[in-house]
Amino acid sequence: MSLVTLADFAHARAGDKGNILSIAVFPHDAAHYAWLLQTLTCDRVAEQFATRQPSRVHRYELPNLNALNFVLEDALEGGVNRSCGLDRHGKSLSYLLLAMRLPGPAN
Amino acid sequence: MTKTILVGCGAGFANDRPDAALRLAQDLAQRSGPRYIMLELLAERTLAEAQLRKRLDPQAGYSARLFDFLEPMLDLCIEAGIPIITNGGAANPKAAAQRLRQTLAGRFPELKIACVLGDDLLEEMPPRYEQWLSSDPQEQPVSVNVYTGADGIVQALAEGAGIVLCGRVADPSLAVGAIRHGLGWKADDWQKIAVATAAGHLLECCTQVTGGYFAHPGMKDIPDPANLGCPIAEIHEDGRLIIGKTRHSGGRVTEQTVKEQLLYEVHDPRRYLTPDVVLDLGEAHVRDLGEDRVEINGLLGHPRPETLKGLAGVRGLWFGEAEISYAGPGALARAALAREILLERFDRLAPGVQPWIDLSGVASLFNDQGGRYLQKQLAQAPALEDVRVRIGLTHTDRPLVETLLAEVESLYTNGPAGGGGVRRHLAEAVTTRSFLLPRDEIHTTLEWY
Repeated sequence: MSLVTLADFAHARAGDKGNILSIAVFPHDAAHYAWLLQTLTCDRVAEQFATRQPSRVHRYELPNLNALNFVLEDALEGGVNRSCGLDRHGKSLSYLLLAMRLPGPAN
Repeated sequence: MTKTILVGCGAGFANDRPDAALRLAQDLAQRSGPRYIMLELLAERTLAEAQLRKRLDPQAGYSARLFDFLEPMLDLCIEAGIPIITNGGAANPKAAAQRLRQTLAGRFPELKIACVLGDDLLEEMPPRYEQWLSSDPQEQPVSVNVYTGADGIVQALAEGAGIVLCGRVADPSLAVGAIRHGLGWKADDWQKIAVATAAGHLLECCTQVTGGYFAHPGMKDIPDPANLGCPIAEIHEDGRLIIGKTRHSGGRVTEQTVKEQLLYEVHDPRRYLTPDVVLDLGEAHVRDLGEDRVEINGLLGHPRPETLKGLAGVRGLWFGEAEISYAGPGALARAALAREILLERFDRLAPGVQPWIDLSGVASLFNDQGGRYLQKQLAQAPALEDVRVRIGLTHTDRPLVETLLAEVESLYTNGPAGGGGVRRHLAEAVTTRSFLLPRDEIHTTLEWY
């Protein structure tokens, strides 16, 4: 199966609390929610964020909203308090998630 | 017909747009029924910075831009009977109230200004406060605050406040206070308080629910993004919640914008902790009513936590950044060489101090302290012709930070060919520590001006 870029099928928003990154992901087309559930796993997200070395990755499912909420602990290099990076809040990191290459949906 | 109230939000953080807030006030002034405006002007570190300003000047320490938002809308709101509720009192709500009283002198002598106090634990220290802070003498706390809930705001509005100035009240509580007052909802009616808190959560970042932090050309387009409208929540007595926005403004309110903001900064969606309620978004759903109005249903509430979150701001850390750019043929190779030179120099001048180094164009926003992402990207980077080298570092030793930042500037004469555009920045970094404390140790009080 050919690979697709997540950004072509979903949108996302990142938020921060301390050193914890959260990213909510939504398919553009509700019909792709089942594909997202099956494909966008914690393992794959942890691999995509491997360079940020998160200590834990959680995934919460919100079927009524067609949403997945990912929470990555210790992924913000210290967060807005301690990080020496440009994006200390991690506001841009929704697009590191959306850059993922995944096996495409059947439909 | 059930009673309906409107709560508009004119600011989602200190550097939001005052002109959008004014247009919100102009719109609400033309509508009918109970209306409120909230202005959210604080972030985690803002309070510590405000405390530092207050130390230098006892009349300072409220949000630096509070009056940029308040002054243009004051007359409109007072004449239309729209209370304004803000956390822009920051570290010094009393000084803000005094200035506001002077601003209004002779015009609205009957307007009641309330300060909600009790969040500032530097002023009113509860017992055992030291246990929440580090014993390290290097870590001097400049601010210690607790996130209070809506109770003080409800009381202030019930006693006739036209303007309510708070310090560190939880962001959604600004709306919860208005809604409890407007609809007479009880503090322990958890289902209703869940609705009010969801309204506050959707409003608290202002235009982030009306098309801000959202546009992606071709994928998620937003009309007139330079003039985003402020959000307005419509809350009905029966618990219906609808999010809309200022009329004739830019932006959009859609299922997409509402869903993104509903989960913003949420961890477990079934347990979003606030001082007023534990909000459960697990069954939430949204419905587009058209014309930039979206209804939110299925909100559940559980009894509020027995603990409140506290936040201490600590001084003693310096954050420095310096940058230099390379452009044209071989730019990436020259920038990469500059990075290697800096690493060797830093290792000699300050062993153990590891700088963060970005090569903008290759890796910056997604980079990390260890440069792991940068290394990964360098392995596959094309021949870029405009690359900016950026270092960032924090340390308690300010002169050391200055010395290391000067190393970047020294690349003008010592570095690879054609390095230009050095910028340096050094600022005190206030860091925060959070802690939990028992709710019953915190009592908010009102002071009138």
